[in-house]
Amino acid sequence: MRYLPLTEADRQSMLAAIAAPSVDALFRDVPEAAHLSGPIGGLSNHLGELEVERLLGAMAAKSIPAGSVPSFLGAGAYRHHVPATVDHLVQRGEFLTAYTPYQPEVSQGTLQVLFEFQTQVALLTGMDVANASMYDGATACAEAVMMANRVTRKKKAILSGGLHPHYRDTTTTDARFIGFDAVALPADPEGVEDLAARIDDKTSCVVVQNPSVFGQVRDYSDLAKACQAKGALLIVVVTEALSLGLLPPPGEMGADIVAAEGQSFGNALNFGGPYVGLFAVKDKYVRQMPGRLCGETVDADGRRGFVLTLSTREQHIRREKATSNICTNAGLCALAFSIHLSLLGEEGVTQLAKLNHAKAVQLADKLAAVPGVSVVNDGFFNEFTVKLPKPAAGVVEALAQRRILGGVPVSRLYPGEMDDLLLVAVTETNTESDMDAFAKALTEVLS
Amino acid sequence: MSMNSQGRPSAIPAASGTDAVTGTFTGNRGLQIEEPLIFEQDSAGRCGVDLPEAPKVASRLGGVKPRAKVGLPGLAEPQVVRHYTRLSQKNYAIDSGLYPLGSCTMKHNPRLNEKMARLPGFADVHPLQPESTVQGALELMDTLAHWLKTLTGMAAVTLAPAAGAHGEMCGIMAIRSAHEAKGDTGRTKILVPESAHGTNPATAAACGYTVESIPATADGRVDLDALKAKLGPDVAGLMLTNPNTCGLFEREILAIAEAVHGAGAYFYCDGANFNAIVGRVRPADLGIDVMHINLHKTFSTPHGGGGPGSGPVVFAESLAPYVPVPYVVHGADGFQLVETAGEGPAFGRMKAFHGQMGMFTRALSYMLSHGADGLWQASGDAVLNANYVMARLQDVMTASFEGPCMHECLFDDRFLKGTGVTTLDIAKALIDEGFHPMTMYFPLVVHGALLIEPTETESKAGLDQFIDALRSLAERAKSGDVAYFQGAPRLTPRRRLDETAAARKPVLRWVPPVPAEALAAE
Repeated sequence: MRYLPLTEADRQSMLAAIAAPSVDALFRDVPEAAHLSGPIGGLSNHLGELEVERLLGAMAAKSIPAGSVPSFLGAGAYRHHVPATVDHLVQRGEFLTAYTPYQPEVSQGTLQVLFEFQTQVALLTGMDVANASMYDGATACAEAVMMANRVTRKKKAILSGGLHPHYRDTTTTDARFIGFDAVALPADPEGVEDLAARIDDKTSCVVVQNPSVFGQVRDYSDLAKACQAKGALLIVVVTEALSLGLLPPPGEMGADIVAAEGQSFGNALNFGGPYVGLFAVKDKYVRQMPGRLCGETVDADGRRGFVLTLSTREQHIRREKATSNICTNAGLCALAFSIHLSLLGEEGVTQLAKLNHAKAVQLADKLAAVPGVSVVNDGFFNEFTVKLPKPAAGVVEALAQRRILGGVPVSRLYPGEMDDLLLVAVTETNTESDMDAFAKALTEVLS
Repeated sequence: MSMNSQGRPSAIPAASGTDAVTGTFTGNRGLQIEEPLIFEQDSAGRCGVDLPEAPKVASRLGGVKPRAKVGLPGLAEPQVVRHYTRLSQKNYAIDSGLYPLGSCTMKHNPRLNEKMARLPGFADVHPLQPESTVQGALELMDTLAHWLKTLTGMAAVTLAPAAGAHGEMCGIMAIRSAHEAKGDTGRTKILVPESAHGTNPATAAACGYTVESIPATADGRVDLDALKAKLGPDVAGLMLTNPNTCGLFEREILAIAEAVHGAGAYFYCDGANFNAIVGRVRPADLGIDVMHINLHKTFSTPHGGGGPGSGPVVFAESLAPYVPVPYVVHGADGFQLVETAGEGPAFGRMKAFHGQMGMFTRALSYMLSHGADGLWQASGDAVLNANYVMARLQDVMTASFEGPCMHECLFDDRFLKGTGVTTLDIAKALIDEGFHPMTMYFPLVVHGALLIEPTETESKAGLDQFIDALRSLAERAKSGDVAYFQGAPRLTPRRRLDETAAARKPVLRWVPPVPAEALAAE
């Protein structure tokens, strides 16, 4: 077996050093009935590289990659162009095959990356401080709600009708098992709900998403003030991190916590994971944050260096009193995010955001020109909702038959509801001819 | 909290004269190159990507004003490549050497797995594409589920959890759901042995349970009598790591399971140490009801400096209905995803989309490469390597418990008594010898723990060098050379870092320097 360096001679000499008769004898504490007598049945035996490539290659060929056809899916996962440099650098073994940086003297690479990542996230969201990542945007959202409960000592979260249903459900699952109230408001495609009116004395936080899952952009500055007046926190969720290159940052609107999905920078679609959760807060809440934090310090020679810090919040120190049980997070995805953002820089991120928005405006106009189709949102970034004269799920299936991935039917996210709505996303990867092909196919499917 | 304003150096040593630490002009030391923060390399207007002009259209932001500035630095592509390459060179990694972190299973990460994870049919697939267009991805999930169920002997598996701790959460939620389904709501406690990972009590507490600790016996196992005394109608479950964090197999595990079940509770196994027994022992045969599996440990998906992980959870028949969504089923037209919980016993979602697909591909590629025969050999070699390390060190270091151990061996600091040298000092001196240290001060059941997990992917020659280095350090400690240890490490990019200062006045991000003219105006 190519991954196992011990030879049979090694094994014999090692057994002699241990004074054990056989490897099996080392398993003597296992109840006899539970120790199998040989390799487990019902599974294949070892395969060479070429055979594994053939097998998995054939399996992969049964999917239609989004990049092989015109594709307009978003709803929390976006297909952006990732520069070749990103994937090359994340595959450097020193990043890829390192553990969590518990020994800072031999982990300054990972630690400096995390310090820079935290800074990039803070800048992008307009917040004071960010952590070293969460699993994904949805779990970051749920953790944000639990943090707000701790900070306010209240237990009722109000979830906007514009919050991604997966984020909503992740939060309500935690609410059920951990014991707090999560009041999910009805779906709000146009972004007209009055959240301020919902806040009462028991409210720990209001969770909004900007742009909403339907693509609607809103300014939440007034809601932030309403929250503050009632002693509740404003949590702003962002599922398309690139929107922060164009839209006013949540920090500027007065958000207390930002929980976001960072997949758009540096990370492939990967059928939904692994992605990277972003978590940023106002300074005063730092010690209530979940997850790892990297901080600056000096070494014995007085030189600048970095360490994991404020660990007394975390499970490996605090055990049952920790702020969260999170341990492993999304290190390598955070690195990919960080490298992509470093390549883009100020000019790149703002220009890329403008490009995405302009293309979305173009596509919205093209689709609105299709008979029977109307655009639901008056303001959006790179994703919007259209109303169709037919159920969207069937339309999407018919488009797939024509090799066009034409968006996400809203009913996929809200089973049994709003079956005439379709979510459409556009990125820099969509060409003008992709958009024309989409509009033409949609016209045909609807006629 | 203020940032970068505590008078700490905010840049690398000035490139003038001779650096006090390295004696070089630049502060560099050969291949160890000092690297400023990316923010300190900014030139306005520089960019590492070339983008087309945006089409000229009127923006449609619903009256929201675009932001003026983000504040990111501008660098060209070669600068970015060099920045991250230099940073990478300051890391230790399994690719560079033995990484014997106990309970972390730092084994070789085959590059075939990286290649497979990047196949467009797995990597370039949107999670919400129509099912008819993602059959390959669903087949991969289904195949992985089959392997995990077969290797554990369990009835069901969920692939949803994002990491081990997330899997623990899922398992405890399943236990809670099962009790609730029976109308049994008086169970408020989870029992956790003293030697448990910190995530276990953190998870149980997060799910609203009171945590009660079970003491260990003198031979490093769960005290069965103490466990039985704590079991009762108020106990929801036991969370036990097996092999445990002392590196020992819980030899009374069948009696433990029987006692837990007899009290109407469920048996959760923390599968962090599954690598010791994978392919040889099926957890279902040990009476376990539910267990998470760290794909980034046992099945070699890379740790990536702290994730991403993946923590599938397997369930025995008794808990099989209580799984989160989504999951894959076999339908008439191929594979289907069940994405909503509906009225059944399945509970809600734990994260967005369908789990850590990129990790699934890597793990399955690893499993297929090994096969049943290779996994049998791998767990055997992992256990053999750990026992070899233990046998060759126990005359100079103090093993905490009698062997045989499983995939890791535990020492404590009795061998350092009276020397003035601590476990931490040994770890730091080991770094200068070119090795990543073992896990230190964990588990908490022994004093000054040193937990060594070599894994099966180390050669005998590699182990011998590691053992000889540790032997020499143990002897050096006993010879009274305390200063050598307290000054270690000396040969690393940075020496010991001041963690107390970092926590006292946290500096958690870079902030732009105050312009000189503003300072002058103050």
